[in-house]
Amino acid sequence: MSLRIVVTVKYVPDATGDRHFADDLTVDRDDVDGLLSELDEYAVEQALQIADEADDAEITVLTVGPEDAKDALRKALSMGADKAIHVEDDDLHGTDAIGTSLVLAKAIEKAGYDLVISGMASTDGTAGIVPALLAERLGVPQVTLLSEVSVEDGVVKGRRDGDSASEQLEASLPAVVSVTDQSGEARYPSFKGIMAAKKKPVESWDLEDLELDADEVGLEGAWTKVDSATERPARTAGTIVKDEGEGGKQLAEFLAGQKFI
Amino acid sequence: MAEVLVYVDHVDGAVRKPTLELLTLARRIGEPVAVALGSGAENTAAALAEHGAVKVLTHDAAEYADYLVVPKVDALQAAYKAVSPAAVLVPSSAEGKEIAARLAVRIGSGIITDATDIEAGDEGPVATQSAFAASFTTKSRVSKGTPVITVKPNSAPVEAAPAAGAVEALAVSFSEKATGTKVTARTPRESTGRPELTEAAIVVSGGRGVNGAENFSIIEGLADSLGAAVGASRAAVDAGWYPHTNQVGQTGKSVSPQLYIASGISGAIQHRAGMQTSKTIVAINKDAEAPIFDLVDYGVVGDLFEVVPQLTEEIKSRKG
Repeated sequence: MSLRIVVTVKYVPDATGDRHFADDLTVDRDDVDGLLSELDEYAVEQALQIADEADDAEITVLTVGPEDAKDALRKALSMGADKAIHVEDDDLHGTDAIGTSLVLAKAIEKAGYDLVISGMASTDGTAGIVPALLAERLGVPQVTLLSEVSVEDGVVKGRRDGDSASEQLEASLPAVVSVTDQSGEARYPSFKGIMAAKKKPVESWDLEDLELDADEVGLEGAWTKVDSATERPARTAGTIVKDEGEGGKQLAEFLAGQKFI
Repeated sequence: MAEVLVYVDHVDGAVRKPTLELLTLARRIGEPVAVALGSGAENTAAALAEHGAVKVLTHDAAEYADYLVVPKVDALQAAYKAVSPAAVLVPSSAEGKEIAARLAVRIGSGIITDATDIEAGDEGPVATQSAFAASFTTKSRVSKGTPVITVKPNSAPVEAAPAAGAVEALAVSFSEKATGTKVTARTPRESTGRPELTEAAIVVSGGRGVNGAENFSIIEGLADSLGAAVGASRAAVDAGWYPHTNQVGQTGKSVSPQLYIASGISGAIQHRAGMQTSKTIVAINKDAEAPIFDLVDYGVVGDLFEVVPQLTEEIKSRKG
């Protein structure tokens, strides 16, 4: 029986660019290049490895985002995912994490799934709550923050490395998994993969396809409201000394002056 | 006065510092009612009362240790129903954020994660957050339902504010989904005796410039002289020199200590994302052009193998 894997990915502004907010206090996407969130590459990689071990598996990569978000899907397809779904609708602008999880859950249910795999967090919002939100909404087990994952006989197993302990987890499919950057290096798309990706199907769905109303999502429908965003003032230039043999002592003097010693 | 639920992070009854910080913030917006779950839950009461909890709701069951996250969500939801609070505050650990997120969906509320401050506002609590590698500060509030807010460690002072702290048993019936994800084994992390990274007042981090696992003893030596936690950049972790649990940055932990000392770390945006909100920043690096020097209050351009041991010795002799 075929194992249906849905990988949720996010198209994010490049962290090395000059990221800022637009007038409506949503993320300004016009001035900074976007890309597939790096942490989602690990999710795609684990999906590919799980699919390799399965008799028969199909990987669908799913994103919610503007037109450009197709780039994130293409990257995942060029790594080896089989097909893609792009949820795009003007009314989605400004959707928060709770709203995004609602849209993703509807799309995952419509696509059909046995296993959902996400990155541990996006590299822009970094909250890391969407996988848990998806598990709650889909009513399936969450097996999250895994640094090691495997699927066999309808059971997903993994290792979650927390602050106080390392835990072995186990759940029956269907389930939602999230993986950390420790799960295994993500592959680079090959030239062949890039060429093949151009022929792979990308479906576009809007809110109507998902039977969602505009007022459930977007800036107006958001469960949270950003009232202000201010750029942190540039740090005033600190004291910088060149070590001429006394650098450690000079630093100790500074720390003592600040009452750290 | 409105009641505010505070989810308690504790280890066998020993309350962790971020929870005591939450009580300080909770008092600004109402009367804290603490929820302590699992083994030793009742033993948290004295510390929680000392820091302002008017009530401590406790419940212990094997489910909290044997299954992931959901039993705790069930219990927090039971507490929410019992109290009808004005807000729910949860420490911003990985698990804390997952518990808070699932609760928010269940009670039809918005959620704000990784707040660095909370103040009372006309339309409910206003939370401060950092965005884009801490280059922006935002103020947000929950606009639907009861605000669920997770708060980062070191966001508020721990203050004594004695209150009744009456212990009450919380009635919890676990949902069908509570046993969905089984914890089949648990290996406790060996204690280094150093403070926990995200909670520490001082963090000493090493990066690519440390140049080998064996050299991290130099970083640890400095950390121990200051009673600090040890952090590592992604480059050092990827090279296998230090454990991932100590990684500071976008894909690791975000820290906000009083003092952050970066040794042999260039300061790429991914690292800055995890430490830029530190109060005082110090760097030691051979490369005078390293971007970390843009952030520092004090920087030493020099070889860390010379500077760090000298600094450690000087601190030890000053502390006598």
